[in-house]
Amino acid sequence: MRAAEFAVIGAGPAGMAAAIRAAELGLDTILIDDQRAPGGQIYRAVERAGADSPLGPDYLAGRELVAALRASAVEYRPATSLWHLDPEGRLFLAAGERCEVVSARRVLLATGAIERPVPIPGWTLPGVMTVGAAQTLLKTADLVPTGRVVLAGQGPLLYLAASQLVRAAAPPGLILDTTAPADYRRCLSALRRGRPRPRMLLAGLAAIAAIKRAGIQVRHGVRGLRALGAGALERVAWEGGETGADHLFVHQGLIPNLQISLALQLRHEWNDDQLCWQLVLDPWGQTSLPGIAVAGDGGRILGAAAARLSGELAALDAAMMLGRITGPDRDRQAEPIRAALGREQALRGFLDRLYRPAPAILAPAEDDTIVCRCENVSAGAIRRAVRQGAPGPNQVKAFTRCGMGPCQGRICAGVVAALIAESLGRSPGQIELWRPRAPYKPITVAALANLAVAE
Amino acid sequence: MFRPRSEAAPATVTVSVEGRRVRVAAGASAAAAVLAAGLDDIRETATGSRRAPYCMIGVCWECLAEIDGVPSRQSCMVEVAEGMTIRRQIGPRRVDVAPIRR
Ligand code: FES
Repeated sequence: MRAAEFAVIGAGPAGMAAAIRAAELGLDTILIDDQRAPGGQIYRAVERAGADSPLGPDYLAGRELVAALRASAVEYRPATSLWHLDPEGRLFLAAGERCEVVSARRVLLATGAIERPVPIPGWTLPGVMTVGAAQTLLKTADLVPTGRVVLAGQGPLLYLAASQLVRAAAPPGLILDTTAPADYRRCLSALRRGRPRPRMLLAGLAAIAAIKRAGIQVRHGVRGLRALGAGALERVAWEGGETGADHLFVHQGLIPNLQISLALQLRHEWNDDQLCWQLVLDPWGQTSLPGIAVAGDGGRILGAAAARLSGELAALDAAMMLGRITGPDRDRQAEPIRAALGREQALRGFLDRLYRPAPAILAPAEDDTIVCRCENVSAGAIRRAVRQGAPGPNQVKAFTRCGMGPCQGRICAGVVAALIAESLGRSPGQIELWRPRAPYKPITVAALANLAVAE
Repeated sequence: MFRPRSEAAPATVTVSVEGRRVRVAAGASAAAAVLAAGLDDIRETATGSRRAPYCMIGVCWECLAEIDGVPSRQSCMVEVAEGMTIRRQIGPRRVDVAPIRR
């Protein structure tokens, strides 16, 4: 069995920065990632991108970190997924049909964010995808959508993606912004308190200016978004309007990808500004389970720059725990990182207040809206299960099969919790957490059999 | 439908999607090839509803397809290779077992 000192899961900004720093500090470091190239979702396929990429300078900036990883002593394992992690630090990996167990003295989960599912009527129709999916297609396949393209939702990524499509000479026809006017007012107070970082704010304003210049129609304060069509998307409708559409890309912000931390039953907390669950972490990213830390958006939504910094802090802590540096050394090296982190976080309150999703997005109003895409379970069926006495997601799952499909609740679990909370008149934070189980990703029996032989 | 960006480098990998030959960029996923081929949907659920890739990052499992004869592959997580064959996934994965005699 390969025995490493420090294992990092996920090669996005947090994982790459942590692994590089740990290797520099002399730790025998292994970096595991299910993609074929480093970068995570934000810098996906950045090594292949040309200098004139329509994805823009913030994306291309990722090349530096990826190059540093390639040049480092880190043992980088691409195209490898972690399907089980036990609390003793044993990692069960699968790469194609090959299974392997690796042990590590410290483990850092840097599994990043996923887009918040957007359970609107008609969201299972072919033609409805996430805004992030459009970006992934542009990053990895140089593909752009054709025909009548509508972007809908809220969050910085919505306007960033729209501006990238403009640069790719494939501008969307319409943007439906669901941010409520009250949120714009609320965020002004945050602005006054927080002194946001000009660079981030400027990038956002530049994206909005590019959209204006391209003459894209933008509607604000949109409510009641729905996708319509027989078998595939034909129209997009909202309160007071409707348009023909070939593509609808939806986005309601990012939430941490908690599949592994939930399976390990680490301590989580409800973030009422971002309306999502996140990890309870100490200032170094240490979780409630000794030896296991979390960095980046996989712990709490921070953004790429802060994710990178949180990865470095976790690496410093691991190096201290493994006796490579002293406590005072760790603290001294962390000082500039913490200062930079504080600057990055200044804008967080502003963004959180501005882009807090509407409650209707958390729990769909109409009973016939699908919540669990895998098993076709509707919001009404879940409300019924709660009325029949299911107090939490794990019981709803047994009642309705919701969350039993191949995605293992990644898409529906948060929506189910919100529906239960609504029915019981509580905050989603008071609802029991769902518990996914290994294998985190399906593996074949053949792969499992290979493991048994190797052991 | 999706098309290559006008200034994209020429696509170099040829795959077959439901019998249609399509060229896509190296590094693209099989799910991207499905969309580039102009297919509306990639799979049918057990209850007969048509689905297409939703997230493209391995979260939703809506992109299940039969790739090179292997059913239920998560096509957004599989990189294209020259000559790859991608087919629709209809209903749940079937396992061939001998009929049980009673
Ligand atoms: S498109 Fe969501 S898992 Fe492949």
